[in-house]
Formats: sequence, structure tokens, C-alpha cells
Amino acid sequence: MMTGRVEHPLKPPGVEQPLAPRESRWKEFWRLLRKNKLALLGLIIFVLFFLIALAGLFLTSGTRPVFDPAIVRLEEKLRPPLSSPTLEILGSDRVPRFGLYLLGTDELGRDVFSRMIQGAWVSLTVGFVAVGIAVLIGILLGGISGYYGQNLMRANQIFLATVLLLGGGLVVAGFSVPGVVLLAAGASFLVFFRSWKKKAGNRTETGWTRFLWMRTVSIDTLIMRFVDIMLCFPSFFLILTVVALLPPSIYNIMIVIGLTSWMGATRFVRAEFLSLRDQDFVTAARALGVGNWRIIFRHMIPNAIAPVLVSATIGIASAILTESALSFLGLGVPPPHATWGNILSDGKNYIFDAPWLTFVPGIAILIVVLSFNLFGEGLRDVLNPRLRERS
Amino acid sequence: MLSFIARSSIQKIITLFFVSIISFLVIHLAPGEPSQVDPLNPKFTPEMVERFRQQFHLDKPLYVQYAYFYRDLFTGKTVSWKDNLPVLKKIIERFKNSLWLFVVGTLLTWTLAFPIGIRSAIFRGGLYDRSATFFSYLLISIPGFFFAYILIIVVVSTFHVPVIDMETFGLGDSPWYRWLMDRVWHLLLPSILGATGGIAVLSRYVRSQMMEVESQDYVRTARAKGVPEEQVHYKHALRNALLPFVTMFGLILPGLIGGSVIIESIFAWPGMGRMAYEAILARDYPIVLTVNFISAVLVLIGTFISDVLYMVVDPRIRL
Repeated sequence: MMTGRVEHPLKPPGVEQPLAPRESRWKEFWRLLRKNKLALLGLIIFVLFFLIALAGLFLTSGTRPVFDPAIVRLEEKLRPPLSSPTLEILGSDRVPRFGLYLLGTDELGRDVFSRMIQGAWVSLTVGFVAVGIAVLIGILLGGISGYYGQNLMRANQIFLATVLLLGGGLVVAGFSVPGVVLLAAGASFLVFFRSWKKKAGNRTETGWTRFLWMRTVSIDTLIMRFVDIMLCFPSFFLILTVVALLPPSIYNIMIVIGLTSWMGATRFVRAEFLSLRDQDFVTAARALGVGNWRIIFRHMIPNAIAPVLVSATIGIASAILTESALSFLGLGVPPPHATWGNILSDGKNYIFDAPWLTFVPGIAILIVVLSFNLFGEGLRDVLNPRLRERS
Repeated sequence: MLSFIARSSIQKIITLFFVSIISFLVIHLAPGEPSQVDPLNPKFTPEMVERFRQQFHLDKPLYVQYAYFYRDLFTGKTVSWKDNLPVLKKIIERFKNSLWLFVVGTLLTWTLAFPIGIRSAIFRGGLYDRSATFFSYLLISIPGFFFAYILIIVVVSTFHVPVIDMETFGLGDSPWYRWLMDRVWHLLLPSILGATGGIAVLSRYVRSQMMEVESQDYVRTARAKGVPEEQVHYKHALRNALLPFVTMFGLILPGLIGGSVIIESIFAWPGMGRMAYEAILARDYPIVLTVNFISAVLVLIGTFISDVLYMVVDPRIRL
């Protein structure tokens, strides 16, 4: 007579089911975050800011926006907040929404509230896109350098990369003829080296060709030296230079801030990858025959992302500050469009007559940047594994 | 030690070389030309533009311009495209003005951040610690230009002293104490502004260092054997917590040039930052490139000093 249940041969006795964590990652995250009052406050303000910016985008655009930031009312300039317009002077189409200047008017009689919610979107997108670019570059370069970094590059690979990069750079810079020639040369070299290697197989090279296959420098060293080079530039000065030389546009600002602030993320990702790649679960995944890409994206990045997230949140805060500083200096977003920085910059001449023109955008920037900083610091505590285990 | 110095100086020279190439490319490949900075000026005839381009080698290929520029820089012959004055002389003149701001700002930062951070760490979790934390976040988050205007309003309307520019105009032959106080007032606000961010960040860092050291075994041992609290904090904990800050002496060096574009513009302070900003707007490339190069040199020297200092104070470090 046979027993009803067949024990799995590998299953140790006494263990009924796999030991899954008692709560999911998100639940645990939320529980820890709720305990951190300041971080929670930061998150709430951030969500509010996001909603306002999104609403502002829709309410101030279109041919007849709900809140029109562009109506000039010279007879109603520098009115204090919460004052109502004189309806006799203004035509019915120039009366502000709710019949009230919620945050007053500026030196051209434009409604500051409408301009503020229009500017919120600029701050939000600059923060997120710039940091998005920085984090993407950081994960890419940091990942390459941490995961593949120990392999030494061969001389021919370096040669190829130089030729291709130089060609691409020349094309981008506008010298298309030599650029295309170099790119074509690089491509043909690529094909040539490939076929040569296939033909040669594992046979050791002789003579001068050995030089081409010589192992020289690791890609890790190259990337980290590049990080060192980028860190030598005074960042605000570099951003200022590039933004002042390029034609004024919001996208240039985003890209330039992103391209000058990826170094921190690269270092974090590299350090995490270096420690993760020797850990047991990665070795196990490799032993199971999991491919490199899957190991990187499925196993390593989720474990390496915590410090990157923290620095990204704080990076958003500093990107918003940088953008507002550039707007304040009169660079960046071209004038009719409002940003918090240029509202403040225009208003500073009336600081004694119309202090709200300085204080409203100033305090708005302060609150948003503060919320990102608080949330980022809270995130650092919450994502810290030493705190997590103590449940 | 010697081999470390040799290795790292070679590395730093290579880094500097690439920095010089990248900054040169960034500036010269940007759209627009310095010779066309003022297209509406009737004095700028095509012949003038051509002469301008020839005089400053702008008609040569980029790599030739690069060689010319750095040859001039190292022989000290670079001239500004705006007014034909030697760049180094202009920079040194402005540098003296910026140095004041830098020295006072750094002194404020380092003298205030340590007491605040240490006190926060000793009374952690208390009212003082929490308010210090909140205020440091506030100071990190406040936009410098906004804070500058708040300070100007407060100071000007309470004390009725002029604060813009380096000294009050027309103070010619007043007694020396008037002159001194005038200088102090003008120096005070921009230095405080330059120091706020530093105080906030540094005091947080001091606090976390101090707390980490206070949780070490040897501090507990000292307490257990009955060393008075004062001595535990200031002798056992603080001395060890100070270690990483020694290296920061090197890292403040780049601050000499970098940060203060906005502050100097607001206060009309004739310093390096403002000169560089004006040079950027006027496309005066020699000044922009020279400032950039000097600040890269300062960064490299700074990291070098901090590495060496770290080796000196901490015998566990072998580079």
C-alpha cells in the first residue's frame, strides 16, 4: 500500500513551502516611509506640484486658455495679490478668471498666478528630463564599467572606437565629408577585423599583427578617467557657457544639465555592480546559463538602483535650482514663456513696490526644491538595508 | 609615497590635456562666431571682420588654433579679444577681489559648520538637532538669488547701509574706521550667501561622521571606564571624526573660481565669476578658456593635496 503523498526527494523535511518575504517590497517601502514624517511631507508636496504643473500645462495653453498668462493689462500693473480688477476699464475678455488676481499682477499687468502655473511645467520637465538623461548615461557607463570593466581591450578595438567616434564627432560638428570617410573606414575595418579573426581562429599571431591584438587598457579605466576629466569642469560655469552659446531653448538646458551631471550616477552604479557581480545569486544565475543582458537587467540593476534613485531625487532638486538660476540670468527659455526664474528676475526691480513678484516665485522654488531634498534624504533612509531588516 | 606622487602627477597632466581639448572643442564648435558678436555695429565692416579673424587666427583650422592658444597661454601672451589686455593680468586683478569673498566665506563655513554639526550629533533626536536638520535643508534648497534679495531687503531697511558693489561710491577721504566698516558691510552679505550652502552641507556631514564615531567600541569603552562625557566627546570621538575633513582642505580650492557668478552679478562685485560671465556673453574666448583651464588645474591640485593629506593623517591608507 502506498502513501498518498509523495515527498519531493530534494525537499528537506519540515519545510512546507518556500520562504517568501512576509510583505512585498512596496508594502515594506510604504511602511518605512510613513514613519519618516519629513520624507512623507516631501512626497506629498511633490505629488501636489506634479498635479499643479500638469494642470498648468493644460489650463494655460491653447488659443483661449482658462488662465491666460499672456494678457497684458498696462492699466492694471503691479496690483497686489487677491485684489480685484476694475471692471470698467478692462474689456470683458481681459478680466482674469474668478474676477480676481490671485497672486497679483506684474509690471505689464499680467496675472502672476497664470504665469506661475505655466512656469511650474518648465521646472518639472527640466528637473525630470535632465536627471533622466544623467541617470541613463550613468547606468549605461557605470554598468559597462562595472560589469565588463575587468576585460582588457585589444589595441584594434581601441583603434576602431577612435576612428568611429572621431568620424561621428566630425559629422555632428558639421565636417560631413571627412566624417563620412572616417565612418566608412571604421565600418570597413570592423568587417575586416571580424573576417580576419574568423579566418585566423585561435592561432596565435606573429610579427607586427600581434601588436593589433595586444591587450592594453581596461574599459573600466577609460570610463573612470573620463569621469575624472568631466569632474574637472566647474559645472555651473560649463552649463552657463554652453547655454549662453547655444540658441535659447528649454531643450538645450535640459540636455546640457543632463550631460554635465551624470558622473555621480556612473560612480554609484559602477561601485554597486563591482560588488554585486561577485555575489552568489549572480554566480548562480550565470551557472544556470542566464545571458549577460538578463543578468544585468533582471538581477543586478534592481539591486543597484537604490543609491541611484536617491541621488536622482536630489539631482532633480539641483537641476530645478540650476534652471531657475539660468532663467534668472536671462538665459534659457525665451521671454514670453514664463518660468519661475524669469518671473523673479523681472520682479526684482520692483522689490520694494511689489514684493510679491519676488516672493511668490522664490518661495515656490524653495518649497519644491525642499520637498525633493527631503524626499531624497528620506528615501536614503528607507532604502538602507540596515534599517530594513529591523522590522 | 614618491611613486604615488609621480604616478598621480602624470595621470593629472594627461587629464588636464583632455580637459583642454574638450573645453576648446565645446567653445569653438558652438554655433556662431566671435567675429559676428555685434552684427549691427556699423564699424564692423567685412574688412574689419576679416582682419579680426586673421589677427586671432580664427581663419586657421581648429587644431592650429588650439596649438596657438595654448602656446600663448603657457608663455603668458594671451590677450582678451575685447580690449587687447593680457588675460592673466585681468584675471589676477579680478582674482584679488574674489579672494576676499572666498576667504571670508570659507572662514564662516568652517567656523560655523563644526559647532552646529557636533552639537547636533551629541544631542541627536532633540529639538536642537531636528531644527538644525530642517534649517540645513532649508538653506540647501533656497535659491541663492532669492535669498540674496531677502538679505538685501532686511539689511538695507534695518541698518540703512549700502551693500551693493565693493565700496560705497565717493567715500574718498573719510576716516579709516568709516572706510573699514563700509568694507565690512559690503563684504558681509556676499560672503554669508557664499557660505550658506557650505554651512548646511558641511554641518550635516560633521553630524553623520560624529555619530558614526560615537557608536564605535572604543567610545563605549571610554565611557565604561568612567571618562567624563566632555572628554569622550571632544577627545575620543571628535579627534577621530575629524579625519575625513582634513582631505576637504584640498577640495575647497576649486571654490576659488567656480561658484559665485550669480552672487557677484547681484552684488555688482567685480570678481572672477562676473568677469567670466561677461566674457561668455561677449564671446571673449581667451578669457573663458583661461578661467576654465585655471579652475581645472585647481581641481586637480585640490584632489592631489587631499590624497596626500589623507595619506599623512591616516597611516592605514596606502595609495
